[in-house]
Amino acid sequence: MKTLKLCIAILAITCIAPLSAQTADEILDNYFENIGGLDKLKSVEGIKMVAKVNQQGMEIPLEILQFSDGKQMTIINFQGKEIKQGVFDGETLWSHNFMTMKPEKSDAEATANFKLNSNDFPDSFIDYKEKGYTVELLGNETIDGTETFKIKLTKEPITVDGKKEEDVSFYYFDTENFVPIAVQSEVKSGQAKGMVQEVTFSDYQEVDGLYFPFSMTQGVKGQPGSPLTIESIVLNPTVEESSFTFPEVMAVEEK
Amino acid sequence: MKQLLSLVALWGLVGLYSVNAQDKNNDGKALFGDMTARHIGPALMSGRINDMEVHPTNSRIIYAGTAGGGVWKSNDAGSTFNPIFDDYCQSIGAVALDPNDPDNTIYVGTGETWTRNSVSLGDGLYKSIDGGANWKKLGFDKSERIANIIVNPKNANEVYVAVLGALWGDSEERGVYKSLDAGETWKKLLYVNPKTGCADLIMDPIDPNVLYASMWEFRRTGWSFESGGDNSALYKSTDGGATWNKIHNGFPSGKLGRLGIAVAPSNPKVLYTVIEAEKDERKGLYRSDDAGNSWKQLNNDFGITVRPFYFSRIVVDPRDENVIVKGGLSGSISRDGGKTFKALGNMHSDIHDIAFSIKDSDIMYVGTDGGVYRSWDGGTNMEIVENLPLSQFYHISVDNETPYNVYGGLQDNGSWYGPSSSPGGVAARDWNSVGYGDGFRVLKHPTKNIIYSEMQGAENVWRIDVDRNLTKTIQPLPSKGIAKLRFNWNTPMAISAHQPDRFYMGSQFLHKSEDMGDTWKIISPDLTTNDPTKQAQEDSGGLSKDNSGAENHTTIFTIAESPLDGDVIWVGTDDGNVQVTQDGGKSWTNTVVNITGLPKNTWTYHIEASVFDKGTAYAVFEGHTQNDMHPYTYKTTDFGKTWKSIITADVVGIVRNIQEDYVNPDLLFLGTEFGLYITMDGGKNWKKFTNNMPSVAVHYIELQKETNDLVMGTHGRGVIIIDDISPLREINEEVLNKNVHFFASKPTVIHEESSFSGNFGTETQFVGRNKTKDAQIKYFLKKRHTFGKMNMEIQDMEGNTVIELGPGKSKGINIVNWNGKIKQPKIAKGKTFSFGGFTSPSVPAGSYKAVMTKGKETFEHTFELIYDTNSPLTAEEREFKNKTTMKMYDMTQELAYLVYELDEMITKSELDKNSKMAGKLIDLKETLVITTGDNYVGSAEPQLREKMADLYSKLADNYDKPTSSEVENLSIIAEKFEAAKLDFIKLKKKFKTKEPLDIMTFEEFLEHN
Repeated sequence: MKTLKLCIAILAITCIAPLSAQTADEILDNYFENIGGLDKLKSVEGIKMVAKVNQQGMEIPLEILQFSDGKQMTIINFQGKEIKQGVFDGETLWSHNFMTMKPEKSDAEATANFKLNSNDFPDSFIDYKEKGYTVELLGNETIDGTETFKIKLTKEPITVDGKKEEDVSFYYFDTENFVPIAVQSEVKSGQAKGMVQEVTFSDYQEVDGLYFPFSMTQGVKGQPGSPLTIESIVLNPTVEESSFTFPEVMAVEEK
Repeated sequence: MKQLLSLVALWGLVGLYSVNAQDKNNDGKALFGDMTARHIGPALMSGRINDMEVHPTNSRIIYAGTAGGGVWKSNDAGSTFNPIFDDYCQSIGAVALDPNDPDNTIYVGTGETWTRNSVSLGDGLYKSIDGGANWKKLGFDKSERIANIIVNPKNANEVYVAVLGALWGDSEERGVYKSLDAGETWKKLLYVNPKTGCADLIMDPIDPNVLYASMWEFRRTGWSFESGGDNSALYKSTDGGATWNKIHNGFPSGKLGRLGIAVAPSNPKVLYTVIEAEKDERKGLYRSDDAGNSWKQLNNDFGITVRPFYFSRIVVDPRDENVIVKGGLSGSISRDGGKTFKALGNMHSDIHDIAFSIKDSDIMYVGTDGGVYRSWDGGTNMEIVENLPLSQFYHISVDNETPYNVYGGLQDNGSWYGPSSSPGGVAARDWNSVGYGDGFRVLKHPTKNIIYSEMQGAENVWRIDVDRNLTKTIQPLPSKGIAKLRFNWNTPMAISAHQPDRFYMGSQFLHKSEDMGDTWKIISPDLTTNDPTKQAQEDSGGLSKDNSGAENHTTIFTIAESPLDGDVIWVGTDDGNVQVTQDGGKSWTNTVVNITGLPKNTWTYHIEASVFDKGTAYAVFEGHTQNDMHPYTYKTTDFGKTWKSIITADVVGIVRNIQEDYVNPDLLFLGTEFGLYITMDGGKNWKKFTNNMPSVAVHYIELQKETNDLVMGTHGRGVIIIDDISPLREINEEVLNKNVHFFASKPTVIHEESSFSGNFGTETQFVGRNKTKDAQIKYFLKKRHTFGKMNMEIQDMEGNTVIELGPGKSKGINIVNWNGKIKQPKIAKGKTFSFGGFTSPSVPAGSYKAVMTKGKETFEHTFELIYDTNSPLTAEEREFKNKTTMKMYDMTQELAYLVYELDEMITKSELDKNSKMAGKLIDLKETLVITTGDNYVGSAEPQLREKMADLYSKLADNYDKPTSSEVENLSIIAEKFEAAKLDFIKLKKKFKTKEPLDIMTFEEFLEHN
């Protein structure tokens, strides 16, 4: 009986062992497989997320649109008024000013950095080699109480206040089901420059055969974050091309 | 004179292995979840800096290696810093960048090198190849202190490390090491003996094969310090460290102490050394103009020779060989090649390191005992970096105010108290100074507004009448027939839970006062070993006498009166005794003899008398001054007749403090040199707490009774608090096996206070995070929720939804905050925002349910919101306020719907080309909402929406009941609205269209974005 137990134990160890010898590519393959398949993911041309954030009792509805050609925008709804933030038409990055509610262009550096991410839809890890990115498995780490694989993703260098800097982020893939549950990166500009920001993902649910996280929490690592709840996701939505274009007229009447 | 030393034999390969940030066995990350520590500083006096490092090509990047607070990086040329080394040993000796890859490759040598009595310990060498995001340990586990790391600027694989080594005992892990594979393997190149380490190492700026190393013979014990000996020397190698020659031509004869060494970056022939020698007149600064072949003494001013063990850094201006800066009490700068010096500008004393900006020598970064300073004018004026909370507390205590205050004393930075929360966050301006010198214990009188504080060796013990701002000193004085009193550098004092005016102090005797220190009575014999060989403070220092009082030994170090019986008092001594009296001091028993497994004379660092049983106590011992780095923690339940070890292999690092929970006797908190450990089973298993909690030395822990906040005095990262540890009381096997478990919570007081916290001027200041005033829903999840929906909403007891919240999904403890407010009202759409409409009203006090839906399962937890008992409002007044506010809330939403309908009708009539109707509708709309202007100074005249929302937000935000003028204002608005509604109904009757309007119902409209 004892021998049997020992044999089972040894077998169990040998079965588990290969798991710990994962490579980054194997983890990514598993990830794509588990969320619905790489081909299916690649066939997605656009995504629309309807979401809300809750800031100190104030509920803010959001709509996030992203497309494979790099176009994207976030629409915030305040008191029935649509305020667009982070609108990118492929060349110009712009947002509405909250005071005047008129569109204004982002600075050249932010735009150039943003443009570098145009090829990241729907997932930075797709064809990362062709994009010139590097991926490295750094080991295991506990995030949200859960064992994860820590993968470092390095993308094209960005420019920060006139200086070139590496664009690095760390993804944490749940060792059980290979989906990312967190991503961390250093804040590169603004008041929080130098701090580490963290986004955690949960509530993965299926949309037309693909799994997406329906809940994200964003904040500074080690401090309570603010949750973003996604109410619905629509794949390949139709959106007027013109809604991404920077309106050159200064006085714009919003609907 | 060239005496060739062949020290090649020692090919001690230092074992290489990498460590994860956490050891899995004691990893608390799987349990503690959302319980995170918050830091409240203070940063106004910052803390000790060991090493400054600048990036060789990017002038914005600066590093500070701190004595007890880790590694901090600035990306903005020193305006602000951020920590990058929190998971590892926080005592830093050296930070070095690889000049071949300075953006990414950083080496950190742990263990501070300015060897004062209170120094912390290092645990090896670390390396990052991604700018500090991830670290790998490169061995040197027993090195204790690393003085320098140098990477060959022409070959990234060639790395030199200077190991100063153990301070408190012999060690062979010392000297100069070299790696040829970027740190993977190491070879020891220069080694003298187990007492002599490498204190300074430099490389020729042109020829990387030329190295200079200063070797230092040194030793500390708990009662002495010795700097210098026959083995201290300055060496040079010209072959990459393979062979070393002494370069002493022109040096003083006899024994040498600590030597600093520097080479001019602009001229490698010019060297400077500062020498600690036997004769005072031969001490000081020496210069060589021939790369070390000969030396000339230039200066032996006080600023150059003072305390060599603490200050021996020399830094040469990278652009001018004749401009040199020397660390010291004030720091000194010479502009004539070292002949004469003047002091650096006013700043905190004790200057350890200086770095010149790579762009401009007017810009200097200076590391002191009180943080990092910047100079813009070549060292004449200094300004402090305000966001380095590196304060080194020896002790802390708390009071029972709301919010409670934290009191404590700091290394070289006096005594302070400040609030645990403050409007806008705990900032520098919130802290109050209550003592000079080095500060240690600061205690609040249990009932009166009086604070006790002290300075080193009880030279002064202050009693401060806070209300009257009156201060007197009350330390016990020598008395007739009593031996000379011996007070520890860090003298214990204690207050009583039984007599508010009682006050204890410890020398070798226990002193008791019943009148707040006015009169003293000795209530014990000498409780120490009274070993005369450990009582020679005045001889301490070695070649340079250093009689600071820091080496006073055979003294009492900790006093604990039982909270259950004032006659039971525990006393622990620095020479290892654990004494107890059960009769108020008439008789004493030394119980240390009953402890097994504890080396003799191990320092009794803290005794915690149990709140559950008067025979129960905990004692922690700390042997680092005997070169013993093991953790020791014991428990007795029988007044010390027997002691049981409650430490396990989970705990790493010497133990300095233990705190017992007030509710669950099995819940204990342990402060160690490398962080906080928690047990929930009386010490059978310990888990390291790492959520925003650096691996910093925790010197003292208090548990605040009202709030259940765990307050830690750290020696390097200030005061760190874990808010409300009460969920840990419920953790047991049963809970850990439940899928979901809600933790009990005390009723939450609805937050009604407000304040005007202008944060002007705090842009570059450290501001500590406040304790939340929100209601918190706390629950345990056995497994992280990753797939499928998981929601939470708050409901009233009738099951109506009050608000939706985003629940935490972590494995372990989750905390969801709710500020007791419902969603803001739906506001009529206008051209601009109605700012009043962004207000969310509070719910009334009462019971509420958190309803969590996880997949198909639903979990419920009921909790209470209550009103502040100090509130001036009666229950009727509150009901009136809530009703009126909600009336306005509803009215605001009703108007929003009306305007929506109006907008739909306008659109339709415009489509129908019915311009007359459209015109009438628009006329009405213009009286209801703003249709022009912007949100700032271009704003238009307010209309009904704005007036209504402004009154609504005034009522919702005011703590008070609505006043008669507010009620009158409300009726005016209500009348206008009624009139508008009538107008609208009239227009609606006249409104004719072919197809009926497709309009949302009121309920649909509220749900719609």
